[in-house]
Amino acid sequence: MLSLRRRDMVCQHAVELVTDYLEDSLSRRDRRRFEAHLRACPNCTAYVEQIRLTIKLAGTIDTDELTPEAKQELGDLYRRWREE
Amino acid sequence: MVTRLRDGDEEAFVTLVSRYQQPMLRLARCFVPSQAVAEEAVQDTWLGLVRGIEQFEGRSSFKTWLFRILVNRAQSAGSREHASTSLDQLHAVDPARFTSQGQWAEPVDRWIEESEERLDDATWAPILKSALEDLPPRQRQVVILRDVEGLSNDEACVVLGITVGNQRVLLHRGRSQLREILDAKMAKG
Repeated sequence: MLSLRRRDMVCQHAVELVTDYLEDSLSRRDRRRFEAHLRACPNCTAYVEQIRLTIKLAGTIDTDELTPEAKQELGDLYRRWREE
Repeated sequence: MVTRLRDGDEEAFVTLVSRYQQPMLRLARCFVPSQAVAEEAVQDTWLGLVRGIEQFEGRSSFKTWLFRILVNRAQSAGSREHASTSLDQLHAVDPARFTSQGQWAEPVDRWIEESEERLDDATWAPILKSALEDLPPRQRQVVILRDVEGLSNDEACVVLGITVGNQRVLLHRGRSQLREILDAKMAKG
């Protein structure tokens, strides 16, 4: 059985470092090891890409426009609050 | 915007509420047990804003300041009705997906290559929206602020009153879980 060298990172460990990697908060040494792992591992590369897409999609969650009536009510509320 | 609010500009207020009402409701909902209580916390925040706009010193961004007021209001409303705690997932990826050596047991899908047209925003935004609602509240708070609202790491920590380290752990778990939900949907097509 092929034994892993101590400095090799396994996939299960790599996926736990993805956020630290994207947040740029890995130590230089860990960053090097992580990037070396990505270069050698298409699965973890795909995984990081999935996380990036997840983040991108989260940024597209939009908000609906308020109706004109709701805006009218807000204006009334605002004037009342300022008068109180 | 802040100057216009200080001058009592009603249109500025309406614009602001239109822009932030739903993001604020989404955030407030992480702290309180019902939509009604969340709406109350948001309304309280707007009132607080109208009365307290003079206190805004511009040391943080306006959005950070606004969200911070909201979190204060929502936290005190939430602690009255103790929110249930849900189980946080401990692993970014289900351990069953790895071999005993810690390597992927099955190949990881390439979302882009395999489903480019399925990945357009219009299709996925609603799925992501409902997936977000399934996250444990503390993870949801961080993902909303960082990834949906685009706040920086520091800003999110100010809004939630948590440390950078804690924020990162919550973000990691939240993003990992969202990815997993999307991956499951992707596999089903």
